[in-house]
Parts: sequence; structure tokens; C-alpha cells
Amino acid sequence: MKRIDRSKKVRTGFHQAKWDEPIIFELSTPGERGVSVPKASAAVAAAVGDGISDLPDHLKRKERVNLPEISQNRVLRHYMRLSQMTLGADVNIEIGQGTCTMKYSPKVNEQLARLVADMHPLQDEDTVQGMLQMYYEMDLYMREISGLDKFTFQPGGGSQAIFLMASMVRGYFESIGEADQRTEVITTLYSHPSDAAAPAVTGYDIVYVQPDPDTGLPDLEAFKAVCSEKTAAFMVANPEDTGLFNGHIKELVDYAHSVGALCCYDQANGNAVLGVARAKEAGFDMCHFNLHKTFSSPHGCSGPACGAAGVVEKLIPFLPVPSVEFDGKKYRLECDFADEEHGVSKVRAFMGVAPVVLRAYCWIRMLGPNGLWQVTKTAVLNNNYLFKRMMSIPGISAYYEDGNNQRVEQCRYTMEQVTKDTGITSGDVQRRMMDFGMHFWTSHHPYYLPEPITLEPTESPSKKDIDEYVDTVAHIIQECYQTPDIVKAAPHRSTIHQVDERWMDDPDGWAITWKIYNRKYK
Amino acid sequence: MIQIGLIVNPVAGLGGSVGLKGTDGMVEEALRRGAEPLSNERAKTALRGLLPLKDEAVIYTGSGDLGEASARSLGFETQVLHETSGSTGAGDTRALAKKLALRGVDLILFAGGDGTAADMYEAIGEKHPVLGIPTGVKIYSPVYATTPAAAGELARLYLTGFRSELEQAEVLDIDEEQYRLGRVDVRLRGYLSVPRKNRLIQGRKAPSLLSEQAAADAIAAAVIRDMEQDVCYLIGAGTTTYRVTERLGLAGTLIGVDLICNKQLIEADVYGSRILELAAGRPLKLVLTVTGGQGFLLGRGNQQLTPAVLQAVGKDNIIVIATQLKLASLGGRPLLLDTGSEETDRELSGYYKVIAGHNRYIAAKAE
Ligand SMILES: Cc1ncc(COP(=O)(O)O)c(C=O)c1O
Repeated sequence: MKRIDRSKKVRTGFHQAKWDEPIIFELSTPGERGVSVPKASAAVAAAVGDGISDLPDHLKRKERVNLPEISQNRVLRHYMRLSQMTLGADVNIEIGQGTCTMKYSPKVNEQLARLVADMHPLQDEDTVQGMLQMYYEMDLYMREISGLDKFTFQPGGGSQAIFLMASMVRGYFESIGEADQRTEVITTLYSHPSDAAAPAVTGYDIVYVQPDPDTGLPDLEAFKAVCSEKTAAFMVANPEDTGLFNGHIKELVDYAHSVGALCCYDQANGNAVLGVARAKEAGFDMCHFNLHKTFSSPHGCSGPACGAAGVVEKLIPFLPVPSVEFDGKKYRLECDFADEEHGVSKVRAFMGVAPVVLRAYCWIRMLGPNGLWQVTKTAVLNNNYLFKRMMSIPGISAYYEDGNNQRVEQCRYTMEQVTKDTGITSGDVQRRMMDFGMHFWTSHHPYYLPEPITLEPTESPSKKDIDEYVDTVAHIIQECYQTPDIVKAAPHRSTIHQVDERWMDDPDGWAITWKIYNRKYK
Repeated sequence: MIQIGLIVNPVAGLGGSVGLKGTDGMVEEALRRGAEPLSNERAKTALRGLLPLKDEAVIYTGSGDLGEASARSLGFETQVLHETSGSTGAGDTRALAKKLALRGVDLILFAGGDGTAADMYEAIGEKHPVLGIPTGVKIYSPVYATTPAAAGELARLYLTGFRSELEQAEVLDIDEEQYRLGRVDVRLRGYLSVPRKNRLIQGRKAPSLLSEQAAADAIAAAVIRDMEQDVCYLIGAGTTTYRVTERLGLAGTLIGVDLICNKQLIEADVYGSRILELAAGRPLKLVLTVTGGQGFLLGRGNQQLTPAVLQAVGKDNIIVIATQLKLASLGGRPLLLDTGSEETDRELSGYYKVIAGHNRYIAAKAE
């Protein structure tokens, strides 16, 4: 036995599990079952029938359901293996997925959130008073955090909240007879793509404003040039993906108001503003927060989520129903506030994704107002430490340094110089980071900045965590110059090797379900 | 004394306004179609930017319209290093360039297009500081400043020491055959040393990707959806605009300008006066795209759209189309106008809502 060598700064010995696991449909064996359900006893059958004959015809399947037939242990093994092949939030230093606010979600909140599994949304109000109280108080907290006047928790994600905001914009202009005239929604290039996509789905034309090449903030002159009586809304994130906070956002909001438009604030990434800046003071009419980011519900791939959307007083009638009201004694569901003709009424069934709301509630209650502020301060401090260290890696830099505007909670860097010197792109480094068990996000497509890298530490990592992350990036950048072939051929120690990206943007080649895969590739 | 070299390719750009894709071997045809030589006029625009240096500079150049006439007309002290008799050619560019390099002038300004840049490279290689004044039809090489005026400004900054850095810029040649087949295929001929100033030098053209083609298809569909009855549409040069003609099933051209009305081709590869003749008083709209990397809206590869045509169209009837990636490649720089008429440039400047997809627009400034 000798002393273990811990002198290495990076995990050169990491290796992710690789199980060569087939797709679950391929594991199916006809007749194999996870649970053998016994036939009902004669007495039960006499009381309720066979359970199927009584169903109305239109609810009955014509064909057998096409699900994999597989036993319990094989199912469990399959998903355990997949989970080991996943670089999940609890096993890596989650700094590399900028704009996703991958903070640590305390497990105690998880325990509480699971209680919701024992409830049903159609239960009588009297039996869910605690849950309704939770919703009611969450509304009050979000009002305080944003300064706006009422919130809904119905949207099942940030993009759905943006969709809701666009729908409320439409409802509002219908109610004042301007819907036909106002056909455009303005957004910015560094706002999230959903700020364009969701209003486009509701039928709006989208007009993008590009960033000023010096400051990186939306070009005010361009913004004014496209604002008109056709503008229905201005949809914007702040800070944008660059991590730059626009202290002059009110100028844009005021200008949009002057042409009669509404202003919607995408605060999906609220980690930079808790207790610091509010939608109300910037003049916004609506906003939304991703509870599954800023408020510590895990941000999974389209997993259970909640986009909490709030509005100013005059827009309350357009919120979806129901809301939770309290008369001093009892909490109840209420629809009275809604404009029946022009209101949105529903974007999702019942009250949205209740466990996510409950998790966020626990988180807020545990932190309290000062705690929320502390979250933002720590997140911004962490990011600025990360920024200083990243910028000291040769070949890595950031745009808009001249703007004299400090990054808040995240930053989009560029490794343009490394690419010029070595031909290695940020996509290559992204794959190589997998060999060290870490994420490294580039940017939404199309890239607006060359060879982008977008990182966001949140308040969770320790200084040591941040150091390990940056040391790993620095190690790989050095490899780019010294052993470029290793980086270009990466990943070597991950679950899958390089995929052939040539087909990635060809929709004709995509197979996003087993059924489509079989149709296209058999 | 500041020593400035000047080489003008006097026939550069001749083909453009009459629908030719270049001038090499086409001079007579161009003149027959009524083209007017403008290369020296544009070179003079650049030289005007150097007037503040007039008292301390000498221009070394070739005789007559190789540069002497232009330099003298602006009052510069001028010395002729190379004499020509009658018609000039690529040989003159090369001979003069060699003499200027030998003389050790501080900067050689050369006016022409991609062909002229290739001649420069052949003659003096990549060491001597040079700068291109864009006067040709085909200009893909980033050795050229964005406009003649920008060339003058950049040259002045360089010669007065405000910009001393040089960078190697590509001399490119586009393979016209590939271009006609719908693929922008650019060949690298060599490099020249040019003063560095991000915004004043032309950027290289951007390549295309599969998803770019899908985006271009969506844009073409949007343009076609909004086409109005009995309005004449001029479809400009470029792969993005070509998708419109292609989608309509018309035999248009990739690097020419085509005239369409009621979704039928009136005439392919039209130019200048011919356009006005064919439109015959009907309302005219113009569909343009942006050259990838460089960001030119007018003045590169579409000189057929003469100031007279552009006046007839008017800013409000110009439909600009470009994919998001292509615009992104400009890094926030404005779209560029270089129509040959400063007045027209001014009238067409300002913001455009560039169509970037189905119901998607990007606000972009042209100047
Ligand atoms: C600024 C911003 N807005 C909106 C969204 C969309 O949220 P969701 O992924 O929940 O739809 C995101 C998510 O990444 C975001 O970063």
C-alpha cells in the first residue's frame, strides 16, 4: 500500500459507464410481463363487470397497445444502465450549461414534492386546503419578487409561459379592438429562441433586433426603427444569453409603450436579479420565471417544469383559470376574474405541475427574502470569479468587453483565437469535456458569436468546484495546441463516440420515435 | 514625403451595368451594350480621401488612365513609372506593380476586381502593403475595402500611422461554373498584405449548410406567398434569391437579375435600361439578398441594378432576404450600399426588415 496520488488537477482517469444498451422496444418479448394482474373474483366481477364493457365505444382501443413487454427486473436494469450513461446534475460540476441555471436542488424539497403524488387535482377543495394555501402564498411571493400584480402557475415550462404571454397579448388587443392592426412581436437576437418561437406559434410575425456590435445590448436605434402601430409586444430576456444586463431596458420598454405595445419580460433566468431588479420598476406588463431553474426545481430535458407568469393589474382578466383565492378562512378555486371572451382560460390542465411549484415554495420559504438576495449575490460573484479565470486561459476571450458592462450571472465566451490557431472548434472541446465528466455548452443555433462557449455557475459550486472546472477547460485548450488529434477525435471515455453530424440538420433523416425509426430505417 | 502607388484597371467594372458577369475578354461587348467606364471615377473617390495629405505625398503611377490622369486631375504631385500606348491590359497592372514595389512606395492602391487582385499577387506576392479600391464586377477578395470612399479613408489612416497593422487577406476567385450550378465555390489564389481595419475591409463570403438551404426555402416560400398580382419582381443575384425563381419553377439565373410578373418569367438576366423597358410602367419590386460575409446589398455582383432602376423601385419596394446565419456572419456590421451613385446610396440607406424565414424578420441597417 502506498499513498494515493492526488496531485492531478483534472480527472484524467474518468470514464463514464457504457452498457451498449438496446432501445427498450428491442428488449420486448411477447407475453413477458412486469406484473401479473389476477382475474377479479366472482364477487368483484359481479359488482363492477369486466371493467371494459361499460366504457363508451370511442374510448376503447381498436388495436392492442404497442408497448414493450418486459419483466420488472429487466425494466429496472435497463433504466439503471441508462441513468449511469447519463451525465446527470448530481454527478458533475454543473457549470457548463449556461442559460440553464443548473443549481443544486436540496433533496429535502424533493421529499416534500413527492407528497403530491398522493393527491388528485379533482379532489374536493376542502381536502386540499394546504395545497391551495401553498399556491396562494406562492402567488404572493412572486408578486413581491417581480412587483407585478398576479401570477399563474399553469404553464408547464418556460416556453409555455412565453406562449401564454403572447396569447394574453392577443387577448388584450382583441378586447380593445386592435388585434387586426397589431401583427408583430419584437424580440432580440440574444433573447431565448422561444421568445420568438412561441409568439410565432400564436400567429405573430417576429421582428428581431440585433445587438449593437460594441455593447452587445439591443440596438436602440434599430428597435425604434421597427416599433410601430403594428407592434403588439416586445418580448425580451434581460440579462440576455451573453450575461450582460441592460440597465437601460426601461428606455426600450417606454418606447414600445409609446406606440401602444405591451412589454413582456422573459425572466426564465432570474438568478441575476432576485432582490435586485424587478419587472415592475422596468415598466413591464408581464413576466415569467422558470421555477425549474431559478427556484431550484431541477431543469431536466423537457422534464416536469413550471413557467410562473405574472401580469399587471389591467391584464389580470386575461390570465388562465382558476386562481386560488382566500376569504380569511378558506382557500378556494376562482374563475370570476377572467374575461370570458378574450381571456386565455387554459394553457394546461388543472393547476400546472404541482410538485414543481411545491419544490419552489419550499426553497423560497427556506431562504426567505434575504436568502434570495444572497443567492443572486453569490451567483454573480461566482460568475465573475469564473469569468476572471476563464479569461486568463490563452485563446479564450469574450465579446463586448468595451461596453464596460460587467457580466452578471452567466457569460458567453469565444474561443475564436484557438480555432484560428489550431482549427479546433468549440464543438470539439464540448465533446472532449465529456472525457472529464463535464458539460460545456456552445450556444443556440445559428451561432451569432464565433466559437461560442456559454457557462453559468449559479450560487451552488464552491470555489474548488469552479477551479476544477476551469482547470479542465485550460487542460483541454492546452491539448488543442499540443495534441490536437486527441481533441478532434473526442470523446474517448464517454458513453458514445462521435456521431456523424452531417445528418443532424436533415429533417428527412430524423427518427424521434421508435415507430418513425422503423418506418425510415427498415 | 509619403509615397503612394496607384494602379487603375481602367476597364474594371465595365461589364456589370450591362449584365455581364465580368469584364475579362468582354470589353467590346460591354461597350457595345452601352457601358461607360467608371473605374477611374471610382478610383478618384478613393483618392479624394487622401487630399488632406496632398502637400506631403507623391503618387507614383502609370501613364494616362492607368492612374496618372485621375491623380493629376485632383492636383496630386504625380510621377509616371510605367508608360502605355493605347489599350491597357493585365500586363500593365503586373509591370507597374513590380516597379512600384521596387521603388518601395509606402502603400499601393489598386483599383479593379478579383482579376486585378490576382494580377497584383502574381506580380509582387504577399509582402508589400497594398489596398484594393473596389471598381470591378466580381469582388469576393477581402483585399478590397468595402467602398472606394472607405479605401481612401483606410489608406489615409494607414499612411498617417493611425493604423499601422497589416493583415494577410485572401485573393479569391469564384468558379463561375460552380456558381451557376448553385454552389458558391471560392478558390484561393494567394494573399496580399492590407492595412487592418475591421469594418473597412470586405469580409470573406460564408459557406452554406444543409439547414441554411432549408432556411432559404422557407424564405423563398414567404416571398412567393406575398407576391402581388401585376407587380413586376426583379429577383437579384445570389443563392438565396435564386431559390425564389427555382421554387416558382422558372428558368432564372443565379448570378443575373431576373424579371418576374404574376409568377411567370418575363426575361432572365436583365440589366439597366432593359429592366425599365420591360416593366413598362408597372409597379416594380426588387428582391435582394446580402452577400455572405461581406454584407453587400447593392454594388457587388448586381451592378445591373443601375441607379436609374433603383430610383424607379424605391426603398419601400426593396425586399431584402437573408438567413439568420448569413446576417450573423456580419457580426453586427451594417449592410453595404455601393450603387455608384452617392445620392442613391443615401436614399436607400436606413433600416430594412430582412425576411429571415416564415414570418421572421431581422432589422438590419444599410448604409
Ligand atoms: C431565457 C430563457 N427563456 C426561456 C426558456 C425556455 O424555458 P423552457 O426550457 O422551460 O421551455 C429558457 C430555457 O432555457 C431560457 O433560458
